Amino acid sequence: MNKKTTDTNEWLFEITPKNKLLALNLKEVWQYRDLLLLFVKRNIITAYKQTILGPLWYLIQPLFTSVIFTLIFNNVANISTGSVPPFLFNLAGITIWNYFTSCFSGTSNTFSANAGIFGKVYFPRVIMPLVAVISNLVRFGIQLFIFMAFFLYYYINGAAISINIYVVLFPVMVLIMGLLGLGLGMIISAMVTKYRDLNILIGFGMQLLMYISAVMYPVSYFVEKLPKYAWVVKYNPLSFVIESVRYMLLNTGVFDVSMFIYTLITTIIVLFLGIIIFNRAEKSFIDTI
Amino acid sequence: MSKVILKIENLSKQYRLGLVGTGTLGDDLKRWWANIRGKEDPFLKIGDVNDRSTKGSSDYVWALKDINFEVQQGEVLGIIGKNGAGKSTLLKILSKITSPTTGSIKSKGRVASLLEVGTGFHGEMTGRENIFLNGAILGMTKKEINGKLDEIIEFSGCERYIDTPVKRYSSGMTVRLAFAVAAFLEPDILIIDEVLAVGDAEFQKKAIGKMQEISKGAGRTVLFVSHNMAAVQSLCTRGILLENGMISFSGTTEDTIAKYLTGNKETVSDFSEFKDRSGKGNIIFTKIILGNPQNPTSVFKLGENIGFHFDFVVNNKIDTNKLRILIGVYNEREEGILRFDSDANANLAMNNNLINGKISCIMEDHLTIMPGKYSVNFALFNDGIMEDYIAGKVLFDVVNDNYLGGSKTLDNNSLAKVLYRHKWTLNKISN
Repeated sequence: MNKKTTDTNEWLFEITPKNKLLALNLKEVWQYRDLLLLFVKRNIITAYKQTILGPLWYLIQPLFTSVIFTLIFNNVANISTGSVPPFLFNLAGITIWNYFTSCFSGTSNTFSANAGIFGKVYFPRVIMPLVAVISNLVRFGIQLFIFMAFFLYYYINGAAISINIYVVLFPVMVLIMGLLGLGLGMIISAMVTKYRDLNILIGFGMQLLMYISAVMYPVSYFVEKLPKYAWVVKYNPLSFVIESVRYMLLNTGVFDVSMFIYTLITTIIVLFLGIIIFNRAEKSFIDTI
Repeated sequence: MSKVILKIENLSKQYRLGLVGTGTLGDDLKRWWANIRGKEDPFLKIGDVNDRSTKGSSDYVWALKDINFEVQQGEVLGIIGKNGAGKSTLLKILSKITSPTTGSIKSKGRVASLLEVGTGFHGEMTGRENIFLNGAILGMTKKEINGKLDEIIEFSGCERYIDTPVKRYSSGMTVRLAFAVAAFLEPDILIIDEVLAVGDAEFQKKAIGKMQEISKGAGRTVLFVSHNMAAVQSLCTRGILLENGMISFSGTTEDTIAKYLTGNKETVSDFSEFKDRSGKGNIIFTKIILGNPQNPTSVFKLGENIGFHFDFVVNNKIDTNKLRILIGVYNEREEGILRFDSDANANLAMNNNLINGKISCIMEDHLTIMPGKYSVNFALFNDGIMEDYIAGKVLFDVVNDNYLGGSKTLDNNSLAKVLYRHKWTLNKISN
């Protein structure tokens, strides 16, 4: 049975129980690039079919959240946003934060949401998280557009806001957000398939995470008020990105280069961990789902 | 020499049964602990043979155990077996949907699998958009699909609806469109699971025709799973029979099907305690055997002779004078095909002291009815009064065994009921 056969032609591929730790087959993902784009197209086309407001829903959610945040945190709790209008301050934070959460949740339920299709056909599973990250980019773009509209409105009305030169790094910030969402989502996704408890945990975990990610306050404010726990916010890569985005778009806060490098390294580590865990899960999840 | 394109070695797959709940975390930890110390997975040693109907001793079962086979290029391999024999698990492993527990699969070609038609179809998108999406899911590039788009639409027969959202389609149209996409896949190895069970008769015929074209014309390797023996017979060049997760037979398509059909049924039918019968019941059948009493069977090849063998008992002493037995053979459409009547040429006279006996009826001519499934009804009369009647409980299959002399397999979808050996001649007239 184990005798070596004389025919030594190359096997195209081999299926075995275990695969390599970091078997991210980029070549295969590239072969399926059309599928990736078609899935993105499908998500965009079908997201708001048969709704009255359609893509307007993309705008309503961040606008309403910003209004509520402005009322609660700035008017009731009196958190100062400096010279920047609080509404604009919150809108900037929420827009980039939303991109992170949508990438994260899109990735974390990859296996359970696609169990039907994964159970019937093979394609690189990592396509689905990538689809989530890319199709959310469209949504993010629309939300960014509405932010710019409000920015212009405030600017014309004489608010002390300006776009910073660091805005050239803005795409990098968006990329970091997407990759963090992807990486963290992939880490969780493997466990969600087996232990559904995590789905519940994710819901309120995200809420808690938002409070320590400097979405509705400047990092400096937190450091000043709660110096003992300041590290929670300071070393949270998410709050760095949100703070930097506000710095770029509204010229408020700071941009710390050493923190930038720290965030980049964290993102890469999270992403690699995510890929390793995702790869382990994708081989056998269909039996446990 | 033909080339091995797919090689499966010692393939096994273990599943855990029952609820996935608190036990899993514990087992996971044990596995993890064993893994850390570099030991073997403790759960690999246990596990029952996968027999659906019996209760096992362990929560772990082997859905597949030590599967070894090779597939040559251009071969159409039929994989048959009962429900739960492991067919679908095997296909899932081959198409990389789930991974094996042990063993390996080596392949020299691109594999595309068709375990379901219309995977990923989205009701809100139009037929055309779905063709692209479904094609891409099955592994085609946009360019390939673009090149075949017209052919796909034509094959599906849904041209008129192609720019309508699929949710407005009838279910049959959805299936047609989905199969049309799959039919134009061009992998080296195509894996197909039961997908022909859908659609109307015309479409099934078209689908089988297309698959024959794919396998014969283009020399593609196909692995085909089905319960439709007619489809397996007309498509496959070789068969594998799976039983409880193991290969129990491998050989020509005909032999494999015969093995499957025989193993599937009881060949000796004990009717002594049987309740679902009619008639007065003074004399009843206790046993009905097909084939010959030493070697009962329920599968007959074309050209064989069928024998019916009955045991009967007389329950109440009555005036017995002359018995009459009627045997009716019906096809799957419940159409009467054969009739054997003892009154036609025999005289089964009895004397009053008889308490039990045996009766045999053996066909003297070759069996020439169409291959397929048949059921038999039996009636027993005494002096014109029906004493026992058993309907639809004895089944047999007729399989083709090159009776007509050609190598061509028969088209079982045909409405014909009887076959005859025949000869064709062509007289060349030239001037």
